[in-house]
Amino acid sequence: MTPPPARIEGAAWLGDRVLFAPLSLDLPVGWTCLIGPSGAGKSTVLRLLAGLPTGARFEGRVTAPDRIAYMAQSDLLLPRLSAVENATLGQRLRGEPGDRARAAALLAEMGLAGLEQRRPAALSGGQRQRVSLARALIEDAPLALLDEPFSALDAANRQRMQDLALARLAGRRVLLVTHDPLEALRLGQRICLMAGGRMEDLPALPGPAPHSPQEPGFGRVYDALMARLMEAA
Amino acid sequence: MKALGPVIFLVAAWQAVVSLTGVPPFILPPPLMVLAAARANVDVLALNAAVTAGEVLAGLILGTLTGCAVAVAMALSERLRRFLKPVLVLSQAIPIFALAPVLTLWLGYGLAPKILITVLIVFFPLASVFLDGLLATPEGLLDLGRIARAGRWRSLWLLRIPHALPALGAGLGVAAVYAPIGAVIGEWVGAAQGLGYVMLMANARSHADLMFAALFVLVGLTLALYAAAGWIARRLRTP
Repeated sequence: MTPPPARIEGAAWLGDRVLFAPLSLDLPVGWTCLIGPSGAGKSTVLRLLAGLPTGARFEGRVTAPDRIAYMAQSDLLLPRLSAVENATLGQRLRGEPGDRARAAALLAEMGLAGLEQRRPAALSGGQRQRVSLARALIEDAPLALLDEPFSALDAANRQRMQDLALARLAGRRVLLVTHDPLEALRLGQRICLMAGGRMEDLPALPGPAPHSPQEPGFGRVYDALMARLMEAA
Repeated sequence: MKALGPVIFLVAAWQAVVSLTGVPPFILPPPLMVLAAARANVDVLALNAAVTAGEVLAGLILGTLTGCAVAVAMALSERLRRFLKPVLVLSQAIPIFALAPVLTLWLGYGLAPKILITVLIVFFPLASVFLDGLLATPEGLLDLGRIARAGRWRSLWLLRIPHALPALGAGLGVAAVYAPIGAVIGEWVGAAQGLGYVMLMANARSHADLMFAALFVLVGLTLALYAAAGWIARRLRTP
């Protein structure tokens, strides 16, 4: 069963300045990576899809499912709640009882077994971001919106989190906003560049993610991507 | 126990002033005389301290509840916030001290005006720090509520109030120190019991020793309140 559609069509302004000209982004099932220089409007696109306030004036149409899994660059954990309570926060915000058993099972899958009762202050940065991933996954949502969730992690934790998210979000529509061309190449089945108020598709690697630098064509696609990014910045 | 050194120093300085200047005891009684007066009047002091403590606690609790309720209402409604903010500032511009005679005129010589003055003193700092805490909830956290389509109330309960609790704790510490002032002002203006009343009566009869004894009981009461508020504040701060 394919998940419900998620698309955005329209243009946005910041005051009098055009943030992006009319664009259309229809997310396929799988990972779409949105890359580009800071201030190009990547996060605005993601926040519009999420129905969040942006500070920009948007004219157009957004189609998105009711349930959305969301991760931001910071873990957004509540300091007074334990890991398992933080993982069920989204459910309780929706007015449902928190499913602690499922949250504990997800935390265990994230490699956090035995740490369920810890408060965020007693967890490392990587562990906290895994709790935040568990909070997003517990939604079992058809659309996941990820706003640079891995960018503050060290290299090993970043790859571990990417692989966990990739495995757990299979079959959903995923939009990942990132600064990192390697991350985009590794995860994206589709890569979109946002720069100068426009969006364009860039070549991505064929086949299932995660992609390895050993794959044929990786270097060539990377060089092309970097060249476009350098032009845009 | 850390305060023991400074306290001994202050008492010694006090005794030194009395001994060196030869000031008469009805102006500044020596420490031992105050202690003796406290011993001789222990029943009177205890009874009146209980009255004042009751007024202060009632005022603190009522002021905290109303302060928090008003802060929550202002956090929920922007319109109410715009309307009430100047009212709150204005209410602070009226010296409560000057209001005490009016409140006593309206409410009589019983407990009510003392409690109300305490409430008025406690209310503003608590309402404003709690409101600031509620409104300063990071946008990222509020985004979680928006994504989950949580209403204002659920966001308030699950996101804003937990975020504002440490600020509330700090406000309680301030309120606990100021609350006894409110009760004592009320007692000065018109009362038949309470530590403020004891002080006025002792002063009128030139019993400076008893007046100082009542003052020290009041200091002890304030310190106990401050310690209790500090304990609550730590609970609210540390997760």
